[in-house]
Amino acid sequence: MLAFAIRRLFEAAIVMVTVALIAFTLFRFVGDPVNQMVGQDTSLEDRLRLREELGLNDPIPVQFARFLTSAAQFDFGISYQMKQPVTAIIRDRFPATLELALTAALFAVALGIPMGVYTGIHRDSWLSKIFLTVSLIGVSLPTFLIGILLIYVFAVWLGVLPSFGRGEVVRVGFWSTGLLTVSGLKALILPAVTLGLFQMTLVTRLVRSEMLEVLRTDYIKFARARGLPERTINFGHALKNTLVPVITVIGLQLGAIIAFAIITETVFQWPGMGLMFIQAVQNADIPVMSAYLMLVAFLFVFINFVVDLIYVRVDPRIRIFGRSG
Amino acid sequence: MQDAPESTAPSPVAISRASTGDDRNARRSRLATFLDADLLHSFLRSKLVVVAALLTLAIVAAALLAPLIAPHDPYDLKALSLLDANTPPAWEKDGDPNYLLGTDDQGRDILSTILYGTRSSLQIGICSVLLASALGLSLGLWAGYAGGRVDTVIMRIADVQLTFPAILTALLIDGVALAILKHRMVEGGKFWILVLAIGLSFWVQYARTVRGVTLVERNKEYVEAARLIGIGPFKIMFQHILPNVLGPVLVIATINLALAVITEATLSFLGVGLPPTEPSLGTMIQVGNKYLFSGSWWMVAFPGLTLAALALAVNLLGDWLRDALNPKLR
Repeated sequence: MLAFAIRRLFEAAIVMVTVALIAFTLFRFVGDPVNQMVGQDTSLEDRLRLREELGLNDPIPVQFARFLTSAAQFDFGISYQMKQPVTAIIRDRFPATLELALTAALFAVALGIPMGVYTGIHRDSWLSKIFLTVSLIGVSLPTFLIGILLIYVFAVWLGVLPSFGRGEVVRVGFWSTGLLTVSGLKALILPAVTLGLFQMTLVTRLVRSEMLEVLRTDYIKFARARGLPERTINFGHALKNTLVPVITVIGLQLGAIIAFAIITETVFQWPGMGLMFIQAVQNADIPVMSAYLMLVAFLFVFINFVVDLIYVRVDPRIRIFGRSG
Repeated sequence: MQDAPESTAPSPVAISRASTGDDRNARRSRLATFLDADLLHSFLRSKLVVVAALLTLAIVAAALLAPLIAPHDPYDLKALSLLDANTPPAWEKDGDPNYLLGTDDQGRDILSTILYGTRSSLQIGICSVLLASALGLSLGLWAGYAGGRVDTVIMRIADVQLTFPAILTALLIDGVALAILKHRMVEGGKFWILVLAIGLSFWVQYARTVRGVTLVERNKEYVEAARLIGIGPFKIMFQHILPNVLGPVLVIATINLALAVITEATLSFLGVGLPPTEPSLGTMIQVGNKYLFSGSWWMVAFPGLTLAALALAVNLLGDWLRDALNPKLR
């Protein structure tokens, strides 16, 4: 177990260094950092001095090492666009994205698993067919289209839910939360549903196909032969064994949720990191882009790592050593 | 991206092909096997799939024939008049029979713009799927056939990229390309940036699948035989092994086409795709979204509906193809 964890940790470190290299290349070579920071009327001497101060004349490996060191201390420089430290911007934006992502994940799991179990057990009932049709539409419809549709129905047409922003937020320490006010909770509903719908359909289809596979196995037949009640068989025996892949997929999808939050946040003008990133892309605000990249990469790698460990822990059949790839 | 691993299994069709060698006769019989009664039967049995195929066909045909059937030319700026802007569809109160589905904020006919927009969306989708599959196929073949260090390097890169959702990779490549080319943008440059961004985000799945099949095929007798009679590795890879991996690749490509079209629409919607002057479906939805609250629903509804129908139909086709080619599900 320890050897496995260390190996995975080593692989995670490689991913992080690769991403850092990309982020550094972006930061250093896409556009001139000095030109981005000063105005048109800055003299050549001032520019040269700034160059020296920023260490842009040092050898590239030295600069990369410095980039890594400051990144490890969450220092990503000053945003070209907003003229404030990138770290401060991210600290403001991070709670919004995390609350949105976790609510969406919760929504996906809370609805997806029961729907998956139901459609797995009652293969041919009409309700299953409705669930599956809805899930197919959920997979096919682009996220932003679902968001627009929800806005049109609930904000424009019915006028019951807000269509943009986070509502009122309460500050708890450095964390600004929208979960404690009515308007904050109301504002959360539409974005969370939009973001979670795709994941929900994914969970539904996964649980369903796993259930179908498990229900065909011998031990289920045997449980049936023993005369156990259906409920015990379905939930005690079958569902339990489908949960291993479900946990993995949900864990890995948490990363996807954070990425897809970019789209949802744009549709709903949700003041999170995704909106920050898309504005950075539109304005070629490289420090923000590279900081977002590093942060998201770190989150993904961390989630992957944890999921891997849980995976091995939950399913003792998985061979730890000599795993390929 | 969200594919079940079963799709990587080689199709029975592909396996039966393997033993037939590769002369012209075999190619013909390959075609015959492909249009195998089984496949055709399962196609016709599912009404939904037939509908999906017809729908896809109709959308593709409409997009192809856009210059012929579109009532107006959305690229012709001279013909636009702001006086016609925000006209609702013809059947609404202030509708103009000239503009069947209404007009957008520039006075462009929505129907014509959708036809041209679908054309751009499909062009980008197809080009990027071609790029992704060509790249993934070559790298996968190479990794699987050469093995060793080549395999490790290619698959490590694939692993790193797989850590990130494709949409994020595409967004990043797109953003960087835009930042670099900000002041040197050539006409139609955005088109190729999008193709590059989407193509480079989706190659991993092909590479992994192809590598898996190649690893199996590599040790079979026919490859051994080819090697013995002195055929070069390049020819073995592309002429002997390649036909056996095409089944799964076809499935991935079909599903990826829907994904690529959606990705393009998403990028355009986020404002980093095609500009409003050469609209794609995503750009139209982005523009229309601004007018949603003023009640101009048609600007979003019709392009959105087209996009949804296209994605749904292609997805259905892909799903069916995967099930039909997967022996485990028979």
